[in-house]
Amino acid sequence: MTLLGEFALWMALLAGLWGAVVGFSGAWRTRPELASSTIRSVYATCAALLVASIALWQGLITHDFNIEYVASYTSRNLPDSYVVTAFWAGQKGSLLFWATVLSVFAALAQALTSRRHKELMPTVAAVTGAVVVFFVATMLFAANPFDRLGFTPADGNGLNPQLQNPGMVIHPPMLYLGYISITIPFAFGIAALLSRRLDSGWIVAIRKWTLLSWLFLSVGITLGMWWAYVELGWGGYWAWDPVENASLLPWLTMTAFLHSVMIQEKRGMLKRWNLGLIFGTFMLSIFGTFITRSGVIASVHSFAQSNVGYFFLAFLVLAGVFGFTLLYTRWPQLEPEAQLESVASREAAFLFNNLIFVGIAFSVLWGTLFPILTEAVRGVKITVGPPFFNRVNVPLGLLLLALTGIGPLIAWRKSSLANLRRQFIFPVLLGLVTASVLFGMGMREGSAVLALGLIGFVAGTILQEFYRGVRARIRMHGESFPVALGLLINRNRRRYGGYLVHAGILIYFAAFVGSSFKITQEATLAPGEFTEIRSPFGHVYRLTHLGVSQYTALNRIVSAATLQVEIDGKAAGIVSSEKRQHVDSFNRKTFEPSTEVGIRSTLREDLYVVYAGSIGGTERANYAVTVNPLVWWLWFGGGVLVLGGLITMWPGGGRTAVRSGLTRTQGATVEPAVEEAVPV
Amino acid sequence: MISRRSFFTSISALLVGGRALHAATQGSPGGDPEAPADRLSIPEAVQSRPAVVEGDNNGIIQTVEHKLKCTCGCNLDIFTCRTTDFTCTVSPALHRQVVALHENGATPDQIIDAFVTEYGEEILMAPPPEGFNLAGYLVPGLAITAAGTLLAAILMRRQAAAPVPAPVLTGAANVSAEDQARLERALSEVVD
Repeated sequence: MTLLGEFALWMALLAGLWGAVVGFSGAWRTRPELASSTIRSVYATCAALLVASIALWQGLITHDFNIEYVASYTSRNLPDSYVVTAFWAGQKGSLLFWATVLSVFAALAQALTSRRHKELMPTVAAVTGAVVVFFVATMLFAANPFDRLGFTPADGNGLNPQLQNPGMVIHPPMLYLGYISITIPFAFGIAALLSRRLDSGWIVAIRKWTLLSWLFLSVGITLGMWWAYVELGWGGYWAWDPVENASLLPWLTMTAFLHSVMIQEKRGMLKRWNLGLIFGTFMLSIFGTFITRSGVIASVHSFAQSNVGYFFLAFLVLAGVFGFTLLYTRWPQLEPEAQLESVASREAAFLFNNLIFVGIAFSVLWGTLFPILTEAVRGVKITVGPPFFNRVNVPLGLLLLALTGIGPLIAWRKSSLANLRRQFIFPVLLGLVTASVLFGMGMREGSAVLALGLIGFVAGTILQEFYRGVRARIRMHGESFPVALGLLINRNRRRYGGYLVHAGILIYFAAFVGSSFKITQEATLAPGEFTEIRSPFGHVYRLTHLGVSQYTALNRIVSAATLQVEIDGKAAGIVSSEKRQHVDSFNRKTFEPSTEVGIRSTLREDLYVVYAGSIGGTERANYAVTVNPLVWWLWFGGGVLVLGGLITMWPGGGRTAVRSGLTRTQGATVEPAVEEAVPV
Repeated sequence: MISRRSFFTSISALLVGGRALHAATQGSPGGDPEAPADRLSIPEAVQSRPAVVEGDNNGIIQTVEHKLKCTCGCNLDIFTCRTTDFTCTVSPALHRQVVALHENGATPDQIIDAFVTEYGEEILMAPPPEGFNLAGYLVPGLAITAAGTLLAAILMRRQAAAPVPAPVLTGAANVSAEDQARLERALSEVVD
């Protein structure tokens, strides 16, 4: 099967090259059969890569340890689910996964895109073909997943224990799906520029793709936070690690695009900016892979490093020069079809929102690369860690939070003062009341009070929008509240799904604020001994060490340390944390003992217990205990965000008002909620 | 049928046997009579750690350690590394160094200065905001402020240059009830 896999890779390379060369040459414009051939090359590439993937999976499942990749990332006693997901545990498999999924997306884009855009499709095929060719060539010439060893080991090395976690089964694919699907909007952008079809048609064609990409990235990032929290054992979920930052960067620019694209759809403005955002997002997704793979910046994700990072750097530069040069040459044809009329308009609010999104992206990128810059300029190595990023980005995050509330309250084109007053009174009051109540309850951390006050303000805007929309429906149609709410969302999924996304983001922010109050304490306990830790909410945990039990399970020796939990004297169950010594099928140690945290999660806070080790090989145990407020809400916020995203991208949901501003009476102001309840 | 005496005898034998079995599994493989009674059966499956001392939970020490990077290459601060990566031998040593300085009366700033003197600026989790490092802290904010100011100026200029729009509707006060009802009827037809 490895021969078949390698052969399939070569076939994918040739098919992708054919599609790219013919598509970019433009010969298909005069010879329709070449257009069909270009598009068929996409399907051929996809089929070849699926065969290659099946071949690698076959090697993994049959424990063919003669394949270097299989021997490096699996062992005979590795649980089946991790054998299957070891496909993307290492770099070579990840590259194959990336190329295969991209080819599937490229094929879906060809199959599902409306015939209205058929003029763009050969060029779209060429761009996706070129990107696939890059990945396949990288595999064939630098990181071939089908490389064979000169001998066949009796067993493999096994999978890194930190990757033996359900989060890692799904987190990397989700993140990859986000990175990969960005290629489709990028391809449409290039196709629009090359074919000079520079109206807003291509934007419509990629709307679902950009949302899908954003959704995958959001899920991938959230699952990454969850994995870091439950697996790494440091009691947090975001450490501003370069690889984490690399996943955040395209998410930020993609989110900016999802806002600014509405201005292009409604007013025919920001065409250049939107193309720039799409190109930038694509480049940042490649940059993320470069950071992950090159090791140019120190990261906790060092297990993924190799020399292919510089292939990505070269590709990044090439794609950037090509895309932005093309944009420059089409600059005059991308004139806006309307002008901004007022600073007090939703267009202006979205522009400032875009500024902050891109500003935060720049700030994160700047901080990530600043050590390299400093070393180049001063010859001194420095570290840019969480204190730096928090100091620079927290104010920007708060500004963004405020704009999240302000934007939707302002009407398109222009808002009157009376309109603004009417829109802002309730949310501002809610924000002020929230901050005052928290201050009155004794919270004195300025940034926390400010953040929670702003959360109150934005929550007020969302509630107000829903309330007014529902009220308008009840008045017009006499519907009951639940029916009106359901139909309100159903008839304008994009807008109200968007509000749910905003609600999800608010919940994230609340959880972030909570994490600033976390408390960590260490203790050494013999069986029967206890330690106490006071929660930021005031109650006291008493944790009694019950002992350590050891047993073998699957591919590991487990040492489980257990604590009995009492809260203010009342029994609250037990929490166990484990040490896992992984072994191969010959019972040989494969890695250093890893830690599995014990978590008692409630809506209020998490009790997060780490069994740090034993005193002299006895049941006397060292524990690191953290009380982590509001963490549960982070995962809940992720769910709300995904729900909102799904509602937004669900097919149907009423007519989208493209360029509707031009059909309305000049200068008329319509309250946003009412406007969207009755899309004109 | 089993008698009461034989039942209790069996239970006693089981208990004694169970204790013996427990002692055998808890003892060291060699059956070292000096080994502690609570010894793990497979001690090598767990990292051995020194017992926690009072200084480990000292808030000042924790704060200082959050500002100093572990030099093992993990990219974490000393506190996070020593409470997370239990294979690291560097962070416990750095922790002892922090504790020693603290116990000798050094203030947090003096401890940090001592580390910078010994390990260089790289030991800090964030560069001090001085000299070239100021660029790190200020450039993003300045860039955003400059871009925001430029954007606002352009918008204001365009607003000033734009033709005077038709009068703006300022709410329900300008619309009669009859017109409002007509509008709502018309809009509802559009919706449905």
